[in-house]
Amino acid sequence: MIYKVISKPEFRAFVDALVRANTSYGPRQVDTDRHGDPIYQFMPVSSADDIAFDYTVTTSSAKHLLMPFRGELSRFNFSDSDWKQQVNYETQPIVLIGLRPCDISAINILDEVMLKGPYPSPYYLARRKNTFIIGMDHLPLPDCFCKSMNRHTVNHGFSLFCSDIGDRYYLSINSAKAFSCLKEFQLDDPTDEDNCRLIERRKLIKHSFETNIEVSGLPVFLDIEFDSPIWQKWGEKCLSCGSCAMVCPTCYCYSVEEQFDLDLKGSTRESHLYSCNLVDFAQVAGGHNFRPRSGDRLKYRYYHHYRGFAANDNQQICVGCNRCGRTCLANINPKDVINDLRLERESCLTCVSTSPDKA
Amino acid sequence: MPDMRFNIPGQSLNREPFIDKIPDFQKKCEVMITDRGYKCKITNIVPLTSQEKLFLLRIVDPMERVLFTFRPGQFLMLEVPGYGESPISISSSSSNQEFIELCIRKAGHVTSAMFEAKQGAMVSIRGPFGTSFPMEAMRGHNVLMVAGGLGIAPIRAPLFWIGNHRDWYKDVRMLYGAKEPSQLLFNYQFEEWRKVSNVNLMTIVEHPDDSWKGRSGMITALFDEFPIDPDNTFAIVCGPPVMFKFVCSHLDRLGIPMNRMFVSLERRMHCGMGKCCRCMVGSTFTCLDGPVFDYWSVMNLKEAI
Repeated sequence: MIYKVISKPEFRAFVDALVRANTSYGPRQVDTDRHGDPIYQFMPVSSADDIAFDYTVTTSSAKHLLMPFRGELSRFNFSDSDWKQQVNYETQPIVLIGLRPCDISAINILDEVMLKGPYPSPYYLARRKNTFIIGMDHLPLPDCFCKSMNRHTVNHGFSLFCSDIGDRYYLSINSAKAFSCLKEFQLDDPTDEDNCRLIERRKLIKHSFETNIEVSGLPVFLDIEFDSPIWQKWGEKCLSCGSCAMVCPTCYCYSVEEQFDLDLKGSTRESHLYSCNLVDFAQVAGGHNFRPRSGDRLKYRYYHHYRGFAANDNQQICVGCNRCGRTCLANINPKDVINDLRLERESCLTCVSTSPDKA
Repeated sequence: MPDMRFNIPGQSLNREPFIDKIPDFQKKCEVMITDRGYKCKITNIVPLTSQEKLFLLRIVDPMERVLFTFRPGQFLMLEVPGYGESPISISSSSSNQEFIELCIRKAGHVTSAMFEAKQGAMVSIRGPFGTSFPMEAMRGHNVLMVAGGLGIAPIRAPLFWIGNHRDWYKDVRMLYGAKEPSQLLFNYQFEEWRKVSNVNLMTIVEHPDDSWKGRSGMITALFDEFPIDPDNTFAIVCGPPVMFKFVCSHLDRLGIPMNRMFVSLERRMHCGMGKCCRCMVGSTFTCLDGPVFDYWSVMNLKEAI
């Protein structure tokens, strides 16, 4: 990692040159919500003017640029009583601009899941290797809780990361490609003052979090509370629409579906990103559903995110961006569910500890 | 101005990575065919009942035919191009590389399409995936196999294995239960298994009709008819989820250790490679850590059976 500082106009010129030469995605304002606040999304950009450098947070994550909502796995071309299969891993290089530390952490988690284990995904690897990521730090929104998940800083997984230190950006350069691209621009070595400012910036971010969730020891609580009534309570609120999984930066479960071409001369096998909250997620042939109630499915999602599965070494995969909470139609957010679970367990502990006095 | 276009010629997988710290392909993947299937020809179709058929597949490419080896209990992904993929347990002998037998019940989209298939049609398989029954560990012991309904399909693979290595095992017993006499699959092979493989086969049906002369009742009733040596017996149980509960708890009461009972769980796998999470049971993948589990692991898994 090499550290440099760059002035804001110069950085803008760098991004502009980069964006003009490549297929790029960056935060753009696409609409306003009912309060008149801007809605941002990662969209294709063609110049630096398209990019909202001072955006707050995007509604959807950048996940779908690495794991598309519909991704082709293979193609079949039919001929007389025979067929040919084609598998294509090739992909175009893309540039992602303005990812937040939690988004980059999420991509690191996806790396763990998709590239570890006995069968690494070549589709994901091809996209991941051909993605140039520029990260930017930001001041958290009132409902962000990435500090609780320890995802408010990130040390790897990006090509270039910029921290805002007033009139300049403090750059962490993490790839040779990024460094050679930056060569032509005016870079300075960080002075003592810049270093101090960076540390001040980090401190400011760290102290700006208003929402905190206590997650230490949560896996054990989750195991104990497997049959807790709170899952049914929240399950009754849940509409099983799957919005949370669509915007989540780490939800990666998918289904594999196959479709004929309209001319019946071929077919395509595609992976569709899926949500474990949808009713047929655990349904098997013959109609048996292993998770028929919405509470069971909600519980499954929280287990995946906060207990972690063996596939990712039992690590929690939530990064604390709270996109699911913001987008939920029934107003279910992780903060409330986890606090509810803890309260349930902790009030129970108090009654146990006070019972000798009662007796 | 440097050239900022990232158009490096060649295969995208071989391109210079933009980010240095990416976990790379593991060794196994270099030889693993992940999404490309083996092309197979359906050489024979044996209708068993109105709902089940036995398909004999032969891998077209002679090299791939040699490469495709599996162990009893593993499953494969059967692809009917255009219709989709479905996980099917392999029901043939693992020593027979010429043909792969799949016993398929018409239950969903893919299996219905497979039912329409004629002899000579081309399908594709991926795999084999998953864990297998520890046949070597059972050496020198009694083996008790319990199958219910379509559970005979995965249990045929260890049965053929035992037939090939009969001197490894002492007393081999197989219990097979079905709802109706007409639903007892492979009844044309019962005598072969009894006489050639020296397997003590007992059948039972839940709802007997007039022509049925054998036993009737639940499959657990058969346990009273012969002695079980709990210290010296391995059990293999396949069947509908409700059967696991009764059979395994019965065997548990008889004193067979939980880590010597093996069950084969079923879920709807979509990828078979531990990525899509559709076959999750608790925090375990049925496609990687299963489908064969010992009963102790199943007891520790939540919502398994």
